[in-house]
Amino acid sequence: MPREQIERQEMPAQDPQERIHNFYEVALGYPEEIAKLEAQRCLQCKKPRCVEGCPVEVPIPEFILALREGDLAGSIRVMKTKNNLPAICGRVCPQETQCEALCVLGKKGQPVAIGRLERFIADWERKTGVQKPDIAPPTGKRVAVIGAGPAGLTAAGDLARYGHKVTIYEALHAPGGVLIYGIPEFRLPKDVVRAEVDYVLSLGVDLVLDCVVGKTLTLEDLFADGYDAIFLGTGAGLPMFMNIPGENYNGVYSANEFLTRVNLMKAYRFPEYDTPVKIGKRVAVVGAGNVAMDAARSALRLGAEEVSIVYRRSRDEVPARAEEVHHAEEEGIQFKFLTNPVEIYGNDKGWVRGMRCIRMALGEPDSSGRPRPVPIPGSEFDMEVDNVIMALGTRPNPMVFTDAQGIERTRHGTIVGDPITGRTTRPRVWAGGDIVTGAATVISAMGAGKRAAADIDAFLKGAFTEADWHAKKEEVPAAHP
Amino acid sequence: MYEILYREDLAPVTKLIEVKAPLVARKARAGQFVVIRVNEKGERIPLTIADFDREKGTLTLIFQEVGKTTMMLGTKRAGDYLASVVGPLGHPSEIENYGTVICVGGGVGIAPIFPIARELKQVGNKVISIIGARNKDLLFWEDRMRSVSDELVVTTDDGSYGRKALVTEPLKEMLEAGLKPARIWAIGPAIMMKFVSLTTQPFGAPTIVSLNSIMVDGTGMCGACRVSVGGQTRFVCVEGPEFDGHQVDWNLLLERQRIYVDEEKRALEHWKEHGCQCDDGC
Repeated sequence: MPREQIERQEMPAQDPQERIHNFYEVALGYPEEIAKLEAQRCLQCKKPRCVEGCPVEVPIPEFILALREGDLAGSIRVMKTKNNLPAICGRVCPQETQCEALCVLGKKGQPVAIGRLERFIADWERKTGVQKPDIAPPTGKRVAVIGAGPAGLTAAGDLARYGHKVTIYEALHAPGGVLIYGIPEFRLPKDVVRAEVDYVLSLGVDLVLDCVVGKTLTLEDLFADGYDAIFLGTGAGLPMFMNIPGENYNGVYSANEFLTRVNLMKAYRFPEYDTPVKIGKRVAVVGAGNVAMDAARSALRLGAEEVSIVYRRSRDEVPARAEEVHHAEEEGIQFKFLTNPVEIYGNDKGWVRGMRCIRMALGEPDSSGRPRPVPIPGSEFDMEVDNVIMALGTRPNPMVFTDAQGIERTRHGTIVGDPITGRTTRPRVWAGGDIVTGAATVISAMGAGKRAAADIDAFLKGAFTEADWHAKKEEVPAAHP
Repeated sequence: MYEILYREDLAPVTKLIEVKAPLVARKARAGQFVVIRVNEKGERIPLTIADFDREKGTLTLIFQEVGKTTMMLGTKRAGDYLASVVGPLGHPSEIENYGTVICVGGGVGIAPIFPIARELKQVGNKVISIIGARNKDLLFWEDRMRSVSDELVVTTDDGSYGRKALVTEPLKEMLEAGLKPARIWAIGPAIMMKFVSLTTQPFGAPTIVSLNSIMVDGTGMCGACRVSVGGQTRFVCVEGPEFDGHQVDWNLLLERQRIYVDEEKRALEHWKEHGCQCDDGC
């Protein structure tokens, strides 16, 4: 078939009516022949714009070319020159605003399904056996990576490949960060996360679990222990609440708590697993980001009959990935736009009974550039609900900074860091991911981990010293793998 | 994995374990807690640190068997392992030479009050302690408490040992007799801490309580442990566990502790019927 006649290939998915009763993965991945067909659509641009849209600069045309020529091993090898975690990225990246947004085919029609191809090639490798890349000879330098989330895992993987001895310190009992406690099984199966973590560990990275840096060990302890460099990738883990009356009633969850119970602690398999979660018939999720979609769809799978997303802006401002909104709508999640809670009320036993909301109108753009939602006076109404899940975003956890000297932070609690190198205001300490940017995406955290790893490598190999610490990136060329 | 080196039955339902966790022991201080998991399928529960030995690298934890997790923990023997021991979490107690202080420990709360009383004594306070339990069987560590207290009163609800009284009764008498403690520490079941706080409030005696709310991660990530103190929502795990007892909304804490009562029953029944289903071979 001529290339122009091939349409963008749909990815098979579990039927919505079936999947709302289970936690199995919703999107099923391309079969090989469909992946090859989709790969035919790529124009192999000489100046590929898609790569510019990728925070880790995956050589997209090259991996797609190898795939369509049937060289699957070559395809994944090309992929992994830039991306240590492709099975994860293929599932959770917002491709429609990154690589696929810049695909030339997208100007007149549908862009190449780059994310689905990435997922296909990563899943193929996981099934057939993971190849180990070349690792540089040991440098004798030691790096501590704090946090085993997307930023930390990426930085650790790259640093190990550069030849440094890396130890990751993780506060929870399982590695993965938001990939393991936040994103549900039906969107990102935990054996996929486990396999990608195992790949990073196979590069010679050590992992210490149950270790809360700032409590069990401090940054000063780590330097005293002889580490040459520290990378902070502790994310943005603290939940935000609205500070409205009634938020402490039983049945009100932060999305973090609800998702941690369900995902990390596997409450959906209670009582086989010990951690419970309590979801009634009617659930309201406040917020409309990916976390809100994950919470709403998880509540449905736990048996809720009526699940609503309550969002103060309109459909056009919804921050979640298009695919998540689409899947949520298919599953029957209701969207209440231009609606904001003002109070949660409860019964005499302290349980949530309902939520008072007010209707909103869109006003002038605010500092984020989006129209500011303004309450419409007198438009209050009540919703009867058994649970409220607050998915309003998160901010960095200050715990890691206990007794840490000289690391400057903003009033939002994020680290003041060089956006390119990840250098903090303290020599030998780098940071990347949500702890620098505030809550963002998995892939942007991975990009930050990657850039910081390159800068750490340059430092450890003597390309610059502590005296050059505050110099701009342009003046100090970073090393390449 | 964290090895249990020693285990002792303090009472039929009250157990002590000494677990090897050198990094935690190195940093542990009185008033702090750990989050533990018994096995891979287990929940994360907070336990206050009853004692620690930095040289041996061990922590002493004391718990009462009240639900599935603590009963499962109660089946562990020396040589067995815990899946996780995380900490030390929360702020340590603010230990200073205040003058005269009162330490009140109720039930299993005697365990965490001990290291606080010991440190208060070490820095020169006059330490008056009151420990109590429902009955004689639930009492423990009278000797250890006596060794760090200038005075010690022991009570039981049913009079089976010591004075037949609630801990609040001798406390009230002391305050009525004109004792002006610089600080009072009270640790025990929420209902006991509530009544200690109500007892001391009219006397204006500063009262510190250690709250035992439900937690998941214990590092500020989930907010399960939120309480209201002085009208402000606070996270027990990172802002506590100690708060001013006169400012705590006790009814909210008591209600929030009951969120999972039905599930706790189900988990216990399931365990009694099917046994432990973890893959750890216990």
